[in-house]
Amino acid sequence: MSARPAGGRAEARAGHGPRLRVNPIACEAHGVCIELLPELIIADPWGYPIIRPGPVPDHLLPLARRAVASCPTLALFIREPK
Amino acid sequence: MSVPGAPASMTGQPPSPQELRLIPTGGPLDLPAHLDRYGPFYLRAADRLISEVEQSGLTGRGGGAFPAGRKLRTVAQAARRGGRTSAVVVANGSESEPASSKDTVLLRSAPHLILDGIALAAAAVGASSAYLCLGERAQPGERFLLQAIAERERAGLNHVPVELAATAAGYLSGQETALIATLNGGPPLPTLVPPLPAERGAHRRPTLVMNVETLAHVALIGRYGAGWFRELGSAGSPGTALVTISGAVNRPGVYEIPLGVRLGELLQRAGLPERPQAALTGGYFGAWLPLPDALGVGVSEERLRPAGAALGPGVLAVLPESRCGLAETARIVGFLASQIAGQCGPCVNGMPALAEAMNWIAFGQPEADLVGWAQQLTRLVSGRGACHLPDGAAALVASAISVFDADLRAHVAAGPCARAGAAPLLPIPRPSHPSDPRQPEGRPTRRQLSRRPG
Repeated sequence: MSARPAGGRAEARAGHGPRLRVNPIACEAHGVCIELLPELIIADPWGYPIIRPGPVPDHLLPLARRAVASCPTLALFIREPK
Repeated sequence: MSVPGAPASMTGQPPSPQELRLIPTGGPLDLPAHLDRYGPFYLRAADRLISEVEQSGLTGRGGGAFPAGRKLRTVAQAARRGGRTSAVVVANGSESEPASSKDTVLLRSAPHLILDGIALAAAAVGASSAYLCLGERAQPGERFLLQAIAERERAGLNHVPVELAATAAGYLSGQETALIATLNGGPPLPTLVPPLPAERGAHRRPTLVMNVETLAHVALIGRYGAGWFRELGSAGSPGTALVTISGAVNRPGVYEIPLGVRLGELLQRAGLPERPQAALTGGYFGAWLPLPDALGVGVSEERLRPAGAALGPGVLAVLPESRCGLAETARIVGFLASQIAGQCGPCVNGMPALAEAMNWIAFGQPEADLVGWAQQLTRLVSGRGACHLPDGAAALVASAISVFDADLRAHVAAGPCARAGAAPLLPIPRPSHPSDPRQPEGRPTRRQLSRRPG
């Protein structure tokens, strides 16, 4: 993944913004999201995704959306803030 | 406040602070005796009842301790948004917690209080039907409950039809979303939230899932108001609660307590042995508290949480000096691992590993590193399932590692202590269905109980 500029200060406001979530029932540990978005998603010892806490930083949103779209079981999704 | 010895009741008057609120003395009351005891039943305006429950500070007594008033309001709002779709009330008497029997006792002793609560809650949220879900232990009382429902029908007090439903066997079956899955005809497995049952539950309608004890409190708040409810308990944890005290006490059983009562005072009432070692609080999702150190702690969510424990569904089990807390914990974690739904990868993989680690710590020849391994596993499973089973198991293990620290070091140095060989103190039900993903045998589905009183 190429380096991306850090997002503005705005993203530092904790708590708000879209969040990545995995449906653990649907997830089958294909690992596509981990390959596409290692900045925010790491693998546990069994290959299931562990997602960094907090909202997705603005500069990673396009990649996050690509990871969501690429999940073979549609287990990864983005929850928009209410 | 134990069941025997409460003063005789007054006719139609709110129970005084000296009286038991939920469990009537002298056995279960039939409908005339119930109405005589608690006063006539009448429905309240929806908003009035919800406000009253909100002001009472009542929280869910099934283990989640969610504010009951807020839950009522959420379902009522969802039902209004849904237009013509009316809501459903699910009274949860599943009680799949092995060390708890308060819901079963309440169903047997005060069915009309629960049925009053169902009717009030149904009117408040705009429900047109209700289920009363019975766990395995309450199912023998089915006929008795059907009679109670029929009695009310004759008296014109059944404002919504109440159908009895059998909760499937298994630890997770009484979990809110698993219960709804069975009512919808599926296997008793938890589902991912959201959508919350309040939004889309039984028959895809807004659904109020409420523990039967919580509903009994609603029945009393509906009659006597929030101020009366708050006369007992503490400001932060108002009211009373049913707790099941078991283990090394002289008088195990179900007690109604004012919330916030000191653990020591409560255990004295149950007959505390000379040398208690620890108490399991909150059930098998709960935590150990060291004794006698924790005897001064107040029994309420508010007081137990900072002490690293929880009241949960009101389970208190006393571990005597003569038993090994690690052995008890290992058996519980083994049981929990046998009860997983098998749906979520981290739990499917992590729970057997955690159970085996605890088993080896308690009964094997553990090396010091194994404690770190178990702690690593607790972090790996926590918060990563659709339901809270892995979180509960992880919290229990974490509390055991902290409370039984000296035993841990002894086990690491010299293998299992002599006490680890003692008979199990806490009940471990035989797994009722194989949930080992390596044996994907048939799961139980919902058993149909009688639909309506005849």
